[in-house]
Amino acid sequence: MPDAVMVPDISRTVQKWRNKRGSLIMALHEIQNRYGYVPRNVSLQIAQLMDVPLARIYEVVTFYNYFKLEPPGRNNLSVCLGTACYLKGAPELLNELKSRLGVSEGETTPDGEFHLQSVRCVGCCGLAPVVVANGETLSKVQPSSIEGLIHRCHKEE
Amino acid sequence: MAKLTFEELDKLRDEYRAQRAQRSWIRVGTSTCGIAAGAEAVYRTIVDEVRRRDLDIDVQRVGCVGMCYAEPLVEVNVQGAPRTMYSEVGTEAAERIVAEHVVNGNPIPGLAIPGIETLGYEDDGLAARQGKQVRIVLRNCGLIDPTKIEDSIARGGYQGLKRALFDLREEGVLEEMKASGLRGRGGAGYPTWLKWKSLREAHGPEKYMICNADEGDPGAYMDRSVLEGDPHTVIEGMLIACFATGTSRGYLYIRAEYPLAIDRIETALRQARRMGLIGKNILGTEFSCDLEVRLGAGAFVCGEETALMHSIEGKRGTPRPRPPFPAQSGLWGNPTNINNVETFANVAPIIVRGGEWFAQWGSGKSFGTKVFAVTGKVRHSGLVEIPMGTTLREIVVDICGGVPAGHRIKAVQTGGPSGGVIPSELLDTPVSYEGLQELGSIMGSGGMIVMDESDSMIDIVKFYTDFCVEESCGKCAPCRIGGKQMCLLLEKIQSGKGTWADVDTMKRVCLAMQKASLCGLGQTAPNPVLSTLRYFEDEYRALLGAR
Ligand SMILES: Cc1cc2nc3c(=O)[nH]c(=O)nc-3n(C[C@H](O)[C@H](O)[C@H](O)COP(=O)(O)O)c2cc1C
Ligand code: FES
Repeated sequence: MPDAVMVPDISRTVQKWRNKRGSLIMALHEIQNRYGYVPRNVSLQIAQLMDVPLARIYEVVTFYNYFKLEPPGRNNLSVCLGTACYLKGAPELLNELKSRLGVSEGETTPDGEFHLQSVRCVGCCGLAPVVVANGETLSKVQPSSIEGLIHRCHKEE
Repeated sequence: MAKLTFEELDKLRDEYRAQRAQRSWIRVGTSTCGIAAGAEAVYRTIVDEVRRRDLDIDVQRVGCVGMCYAEPLVEVNVQGAPRTMYSEVGTEAAERIVAEHVVNGNPIPGLAIPGIETLGYEDDGLAARQGKQVRIVLRNCGLIDPTKIEDSIARGGYQGLKRALFDLREEGVLEEMKASGLRGRGGAGYPTWLKWKSLREAHGPEKYMICNADEGDPGAYMDRSVLEGDPHTVIEGMLIACFATGTSRGYLYIRAEYPLAIDRIETALRQARRMGLIGKNILGTEFSCDLEVRLGAGAFVCGEETALMHSIEGKRGTPRPRPPFPAQSGLWGNPTNINNVETFANVAPIIVRGGEWFAQWGSGKSFGTKVFAVTGKVRHSGLVEIPMGTTLREIVVDICGGVPAGHRIKAVQTGGPSGGVIPSELLDTPVSYEGLQELGSIMGSGGMIVMDESDSMIDIVKFYTDFCVEESCGKCAPCRIGGKQMCLLLEKIQSGKGTWADVDTMKRVCLAMQKASLCGLGQTAPNPVLSTLRYFEDEYRALLGAR
């Protein structure tokens, strides 16, 4: 992504949070919401503009599972592996996705099309097992519906 | 809108209530669970139908009533026909409901949930009953539009704050909280009034109030439902706590995995601020207070209070030893109090009705109600709110319908990764903090996972132990190394190569973790292991033989 476009965006985020206490994580959330991950050059700019060492930012970004340092896929699929989903067959869903996409958990397909990951509970446990596809929570997912899900993601682009 | 005075709050309440009293309505549950089941399409269909037919009826988006297994839920109330709750409504059913029930006044029994008692809703709004359930925390969930402060005010929202400010004052609030016997609903069960008292007595340039909405137990979602379904009750609880403790700034720390809850709270805060219920000189008094949202970022340990405060400060979420307790030195070194979402949701009803009213439920050292998220191998998974003292069997079997036909309940797990399994023989135990602890589990925040005969206890223990290893912050050795060792031993046992000596080693590791870990994560991580060894030794024996 071109740096020239990015700068005004970042400075807006920084301006909003700079004078508030406890704001680094909130600023990082804004960045990730915008780009889907926390790009290195953005971290650098935040470090300068908010006057925190780059190491502090990395320390934080790497501690929290939610923040990503790599760009996500065009489609992002998260399988819930919370207890309720686990008991209701989430591991089979994950296996089905792994074998159909040919990637492991936390990986992106070589064409950048799909990113597969697991999450620990999205709070929809009453309708387990749950898969979150591009932000949409799907309930009572069966292994047999995985193929259709992948298909639909392809089509929607 | 101009800032409210307390007379205006009452006037608005009466006005909003009168506006709503005579109206017919259709309510569509649009919480995370409803939306996942397709509620948005159902809502749009109903709105379109109502518009097309030019009907005079309110179509409302409401929170979760707790019957998640039956989502999408649609409830209809029109003159001349019984109020009816429809389950698993699709867009076709939605059209039929409008045509037959709303237009012709004929409810459709085939689509309704059979035998469901509608909640005893339209009372004074502070408690509702449904069979064995008593709803205080969930009193508004599923009946109000959480994006409209008017709905909340019509149901008595902010009346607790008013009573605190004008009648009880600081000491009076603490008195009522003490009389209520309310203990923390986030896990540890510390008396809420005592924590508030410590903060009140603490001195510092600034004090902080934090609402813990990190809801880390994977498989539990009580707090999410309250935030999504009735955000104002949490805000009101926090404001009362701030007032009673002399605090003027608070944070709601919400996990990032709950985007809808975050959105609803942000909306509610904006509305409350606009009405002057948050901000300077609230309801025309000298009390000023502001509340803001801070987000988690996917770390279980951040639910622990000292880690949570580090996270708000913008640091890694690692815990630190206590003392000093947050009331002495919390956020940025200032006196701080942290309570759970459900704890705060109990406050306004206690303040309006009085502590004794609340303490009519429960006994011993556990009073009021508790919300559980009952999931796993259970027919009617969802949220239930029961008075303390209700037995586990009543919750799982009577309220949630037990396991599906042809299966047996094997065990119920409470307290998530920090809790234990309770075998079916012990399900007649009444729910209380001490009762569950005696069984080797904990009350926890309210996760309740039902398991049947096909579930392996050792598999479940491995699941929780893996979870704790992944989520350990790595700061202290007993948790970091002990957890890893436990995983390796469990794997060895699962593979059929384990011996009883390994079990003994595991017990020693458990003891070390309990005694020497820095925070509750490591201290309680052995609970799943120990409780299965206590009740399901058979399953270990089957894998170990005589070795
Ligand atoms: C590892 C760990 C995770 C925790 N997670 C949560 C949580 O998700 N929500 C919560 O309210 N309390 C959680 N707690 C308990 C908090 O530390 C704290 O006791 C609680 O928020 C106090 O609120 P209460 O007195 O209202 O229960 C956790 C504790 C530990 C040790
Ligand atoms: S366990 Fe999967 S949504 Fe909660």
